Amino acid sequence: MNKFTALSSRIVPLAAENVDTDQIIPARFLKVTDKAGLGDNLFADWRYNADGSPRADFILNQTPMKGRQVLLAGDNFGCGSSREHAPWALTGYGFRAVISTSFADIFRNNALKNGLLPIVVDRDTHQQLFSLVAEDPETSVSVDLATQTLRLPDGRAVNFPLDNFSKSCLLNGVDEIGYVLAMQDRIVAYEARAGA
Amino acid sequence: MAKTLFQKIWDAHVVAQEPDSPAVLYIDLHLVHEVTSPQAFAGLRRRGIKARRPDRTFATMDHGIPTSSRDLPIVDELVIKQIAQLEQNCLDNDIRLYGIRQNAEKQGIVHIIGPELGLTQPGMTIVCGDSHTATHGAFGALGFGIGTSEVEMVLSTQCLLQRKPRTMEVKITGALRKGVTAKDIILGIIAKYGVGAGTGYVFEYTGAAIKALTMEERMTICNMSIEGGSRAGMIAPDDTTFQYVAGREYAPKGADWEKALANWRTLPTDEGAGYDATLTLDADALEPMITYGTNPGMGVGINAPVPDPAGLADPSQRAALQKALSYMALEPGRPLLGHPVDVVFIGSCTNGRLSDLREAASLLKGRRVNEAVRVMVVPGSASVKRQAEREGLDKVFLAAGAEWREPGCSMCIAMNGDELRPGQYAVSTSNRNFEGRQGKGGRTFLASPLTAAATAIAGVVADARSLL
Ligand code: SF4
Repeated sequence: MNKFTALSSRIVPLAAENVDTDQIIPARFLKVTDKAGLGDNLFADWRYNADGSPRADFILNQTPMKGRQVLLAGDNFGCGSSREHAPWALTGYGFRAVISTSFADIFRNNALKNGLLPIVVDRDTHQQLFSLVAEDPETSVSVDLATQTLRLPDGRAVNFPLDNFSKSCLLNGVDEIGYVLAMQDRIVAYEARAGA
Repeated sequence: MAKTLFQKIWDAHVVAQEPDSPAVLYIDLHLVHEVTSPQAFAGLRRRGIKARRPDRTFATMDHGIPTSSRDLPIVDELVIKQIAQLEQNCLDNDIRLYGIRQNAEKQGIVHIIGPELGLTQPGMTIVCGDSHTATHGAFGALGFGIGTSEVEMVLSTQCLLQRKPRTMEVKITGALRKGVTAKDIILGIIAKYGVGAGTGYVFEYTGAAIKALTMEERMTICNMSIEGGSRAGMIAPDDTTFQYVAGREYAPKGADWEKALANWRTLPTDEGAGYDATLTLDADALEPMITYGTNPGMGVGINAPVPDPAGLADPSQRAALQKALSYMALEPGRPLLGHPVDVVFIGSCTNGRLSDLREAASLLKGRRVNEAVRVMVVPGSASVKRQAEREGLDKVFLAAGAEWREPGCSMCIAMNGDELRPGQYAVSTSNRNFEGRQGKGGRTFLASPLTAAATAIAGVVADARSLL
C-alpha cells in the first residue's frame, strides 16, 4: 500500500455536501479491469462539457488548482457506492488527502487502503478553511500523520482522529492482506471451531 | 449479557482481536460481480495465490451486461473484456459463476440471486464489492459492501479487518395503509433523518410494521440502508424468514436444517439489549414517497410540495437544495404530482423481485402506458423472469406497451447503454437519484413500483391510490 507520512499543499475547495461516488467517478468509467487513467475522469460530469471540453466554472479547471494535493469538501463526502474507483480516481488525479466534517464509511475504508488520508475536522475549522481559501486561494496547509495534526496558515494546529491501526498501516505502507494472510493458523482454527 | 442481533453475529465471527487493532472477522459468503472484482483477482495473481474458499464464493454478472435479447452480440468492448475476465477468474479459482453463458438460468442481480438460491441465510456474515449488500440483512444476516482491496482480502483469506460499528434501532410502528409500501418506509426514513444518519452504525429495523412484511418487502428496506448512511441493515429472523429459506438450493436440508433452525431462533435481539441510538417512523401516517432532488434523502409524500430553499436556515443546506432543484429543473412549493416524465424504470435490486413486478402488473393489467413514456420492466434475475412469464406478467407489460427485458442492473446504474438522455425525467424504482446516475444529465424521481406503474399510465407523476 502507498505510504503517507506528511505533506504540505495548497487546497482545492469543493463546497458541495454529500458528494457521492457517482460524481467522483461516474459509473460509465467503471468498465475497466485495472486502475490506470481514472484520474482523467475524476468528477467527469462536473468537469467536462458534453463535447469533452473543460467547463470553466468547475474548480479543477481553474489554472492555479493544478498540482494541489488536498481536497476540501462538504459534509458526508464519498456517500453512495462501494466503488474503490473513487479513491483510485482521486489519487490518480494527484490528491493525497481530503478534508471534510465527515466521510461515508465505505469510502473512508477504501481511501485508507490507497494512501488517501481522510481528515475529519470540526465545523468551525471546516468553515474557517473555506473562508481562508476564499480570501486567499494560495492558502496552504500541512498535514503530519505521526502527530495527527493539520496545521493552518495562522500556525494553529488542529488534531484529527485516526485509529492507531490505520495510522501505522499508512505510516509504514503495511500490506493489510499480508497481515491477515500471516494469521493462517488462527483462520484454520476458527474454521475448525465453527465448522466452517 | 443481553445482546443485539448484530452483536451475536459479530461475536460468532471474530477470528482474532488484537489490542488496538480492528477485528479479523470471518466471512461466510462472498458474492462477486464483474465490475468490482477484476483488480482484486489481479492482486491474487500477483501474490501467486488462489481463492481460499471457492465453496463460499459465488459470482454473477449484472452491472454492465445488456438487458436486450441475449441472442444479440454485445458491442461494448469494455463490457466484453470485463465479462471475459470474470469468466477466466472464476475458472482459474474454481468459483461458481452464474453468467450469461454459464448457469445462465440462475444469473441475475447479485443481491437478488443470493437469497433466491438460498445462499443468504440467517446469522451469516455476507460481503460483496457492492454497497447494496445490506439487502441480505433482511434475513438476520450481517451483510455489507466492501471495496475492491477488501474483495482481494476476502478472496485471499476469507476474512476482513473490521472495526466494530455501533448499532441503531430503526423502529417502524403501526401498519402501512393501502397503496403504501415497503419502499415508502425506507424512503420515509431517509427523508426524515437524512443520508448521513447511519454513518458509523448498523441499522436494525424493528416494530410491528416490519414484522408484518414479507421477505421481499424486507429486502427492499434493508437494501437502502446504505442510502441512510449505514453499511448494513438487519431484521430479526422469524418464521417468515425460515419459510422463505426452506427448500432453496443451498439451504440446509434434513437434520442440518433442524440444527440450523435451532441456531437461527437464538439470533433475535435479547430483551433488555440496548442500541446506541434509535430512529422512529409511524407507518400509519406514511404516504407514498417520492424523491425530488439529487440524493435519496430529498424525498416527500407524493402530495406534499417540493420544499423551498428559502425556508432553510442553514446556508449550506440551502445551497445544496438550490443546486439540486436547479439540476432537476424544478420549482419549489408545488408537488411533483402531475409532473411529466419521459421514462419509467421498474427493476433493480431494490424493486426487481417477483412481488414488485406483480404489483406493477396489477395496475397495468388492461390499461395502456402513456404514449409519451418509455416504460422499461427489467426483472432482477433469470428466475424472476421465468416465474413472471409463468404467471403471464410479461404479456400484461407488453400488452400495456411496456418493454420486457433480460435481467440485470440496467438503468439503475446506466453502465450498459440503458440510460436517460440529458434532461429526461424518470420515475424509477431503483435506489439512487444522484446527478447522472441513470444517464448523464438525466433526472430521477425515486418511488415504489405502484407509483411507477401509475405514472407510466398517466404519463405524469401519479398517485397509485386512485387506481387501486
Ligand atoms: S441494481 Fe443498481 S444498486 Fe443494485 S447492484 Fe445493480 S447497480 Fe447496484
